Amino acid sequence: MRVLVAMSGGVDSSVAAALLVEAGHDVVGATLKLWGGFSDSGCCSVADVDDARRVAQQLGIDHHVFNLTEDFDRHVVAPYVEAHARGRTPNPCIECNRAIKFDRLLERSDRLGFDRLATGHHARVTRAANGPHELRRGADVAKDQSYVLSMLGQSELARVVFPIGEMTKSDVRAHAVRLGLRTAAKPDSQDVCFIGSIEGRQGFLADKLAFHPAEVVDGRGDPVGRVDAVELVTVGQRRGMGHGNDGSRHYVVAVDVPARRVTVGSAAEANISAVVLRRATLTWVNQPLALGARAIAQVSAHGRPASCTVGANADGLVVEFDSPQRPVAPGQTVALYDVVDPDAVVGAGIAA
Amino acid sequence: MSDCPTTYLDHGATTPLRPEVADAMAAARALPLGNPTGSHRPAQRARRLLEEARDEVAASMGRQPGEIVFTSGGTESANLAVFGALGAGCRAPRSASLLSSAVEHPAVRESCRAAAQSASVTWHELPVDGSGLVDLHALEAAVDGATALVAVMLANNETGVLQPLDRVVETVRRASDTAVVFTDAVQAASFLDLAESAAGADLVALSAHKLGGPVGVGVLAVRAGVALAPRQHGGGQERERRSGTQDVVGAVGLATALHLAAAERVEVAQRVAALRDRLAGGLVASIAGACRTVPPGVATLPGHLHLCLPGVEREELLVALDAHGICASGGSSCASGALEASHVLAAMGVPDRLARGSIRFTMGRDTTAADIDRALAVVPPVVASLRHDP
Repeated sequence: MRVLVAMSGGVDSSVAAALLVEAGHDVVGATLKLWGGFSDSGCCSVADVDDARRVAQQLGIDHHVFNLTEDFDRHVVAPYVEAHARGRTPNPCIECNRAIKFDRLLERSDRLGFDRLATGHHARVTRAANGPHELRRGADVAKDQSYVLSMLGQSELARVVFPIGEMTKSDVRAHAVRLGLRTAAKPDSQDVCFIGSIEGRQGFLADKLAFHPAEVVDGRGDPVGRVDAVELVTVGQRRGMGHGNDGSRHYVVAVDVPARRVTVGSAAEANISAVVLRRATLTWVNQPLALGARAIAQVSAHGRPASCTVGANADGLVVEFDSPQRPVAPGQTVALYDVVDPDAVVGAGIAA
Repeated sequence: MSDCPTTYLDHGATTPLRPEVADAMAAARALPLGNPTGSHRPAQRARRLLEEARDEVAASMGRQPGEIVFTSGGTESANLAVFGALGAGCRAPRSASLLSSAVEHPAVRESCRAAAQSASVTWHELPVDGSGLVDLHALEAAVDGATALVAVMLANNETGVLQPLDRVVETVRRASDTAVVFTDAVQAASFLDLAESAAGADLVALSAHKLGGPVGVGVLAVRAGVALAPRQHGGGQERERRSGTQDVVGAVGLATALHLAAAERVEVAQRVAALRDRLAGGLVASIAGACRTVPPGVATLPGHLHLCLPGVEREELLVALDAHGICASGGSSCASGALEASHVLAAMGVPDRLARGSIRFTMGRDTTAADIDRALAVVPPVVASLRHDP
């Protein structure tokens, strides 16, 4: 098959490319230039492109760099900034997957005549004989990235392949070492690719958003403090929120940017029994869950899965947890897994 | 013009292109190579050759590939080091100082001099002793928070003297978190293992044509994390540090030359040193008043022999020797081609009377015993014939 491999310059996508070459496919590597500014996250810098290119050279495959900075800015960076202005907590890596990697890039892959688009994600796509495509967790539970891929549907899954999905991280590195790939020992990139480690989120947003101070109140509305930038506060946040009179830590329960108010409470007060996923953001791998169906919810990239039941209200899908969970900030993705087959992703949505 | 065979003893100026290097370059040149910054197959092919050469150079220098910047040669590398360190990041345009040993190559010296024309840059030359070794106490006293760059060459091009680079690095690090240490390894690269000898330096320059490679290509190794303002602006090649279409064939030549030099380093150093010592012994014994400029016991590159011959004008000596097919040099030439007084010898305190009669022989990997025999036979009578004073 003709396969286009998205190569970030990291070891996962390097080995993904290598495996495809070993399997005899006609492989071409492409690195996306997404962010034109400074990057030291281990993804997207010129050094990372060089690493990806060198691995492609070592594997004997063509390598291209696709400049998608405009799309990235429009679909990932601008919404990231805007979400903060509204007191929401976006996940830019998910939006990048949704709009860039598995939309724009997938489209380009089709137009250039590739049969598949491959990435180095730790996830698996399977298919029972002529059945629907399934998206599953990667073999390495600690590294599983199905959460950030949970927006994919049949159309995408039919055209993507995740070559390292069956491998553990240490297998991946061992393979890279065996092949003498330059990226074998490169540390994984951890953070958002367009936010430098020194400036951080605050530094990044400081020249794009106005920060407003806000008062911090408890559940009864009594003031308990202030913050300098309401736009930087996240629901569920503990840092900087102080303690209640009984000595227990305060957590952010709600953020109201227009009212310049942050409401805090104890862990028990902050925890939620349900979260609503906005209707327009719902995606399903195959079929939507029936109302009243059981499922397993994961509310962060490596968060502990929680059993739940799904329902509906005017705003969208209601995910009712069996037991109270840490708060889910508006803008965060909730991925839903099959209750009978917990590795299989059923769908996802974004918390209202 | 006499028709006698050439005895080439000027490897310090340039070295013959090695056949293996010529072959590797011819093979690269024969391929359909595009511009390495392009997306089609010929471009990818060119890029691959360039990156393979880069990997090779990095391995030879004990650096990471991302730390290797290809340049047009040692002079460009030196300019990039000096101006690049000065212009980088938060230092510009606040005041900064440059420190360099008093015996640096003109590529470094003149870069420092030009940079110091700016009101915000000061330049101090660090004195050397009678052997040409940099004064570490003076260095310690001079490094401070404003020091942008300390330049001390690994081996001197005129005398071959090896500087204590490790001690220089140590001294600088003790006194400054931000000063960048640059070493001109252009002469040293053919004989020393830079991975060891230049390990402590932040910036290392080398040039292909001093080690059997082609003229027109060199390297500046830039330690990861060291900020460098580019001198050449343009397409952003070499990770924004040096724009311009890379000389892929040249890079292949350089990498090949460096690889070959590394493989035979120990054997060549021994052989060349033995030839040099025989030449030295023979000339000192047979030329009255001749002395080695570098005192005994001071470490030098194995191929360098620098002599002071009182009563002889070096310009005349070089011309006369050339007439007999002996190729040597007398120190640095200036833009017009005329010989200039050597700042290196002056810094070492060599009296003018002796400096005027100085001559440099540099042996290399292809110097033979027959070359030494010839030189021993020819040089003393030529010197005698030119002697002004008895």
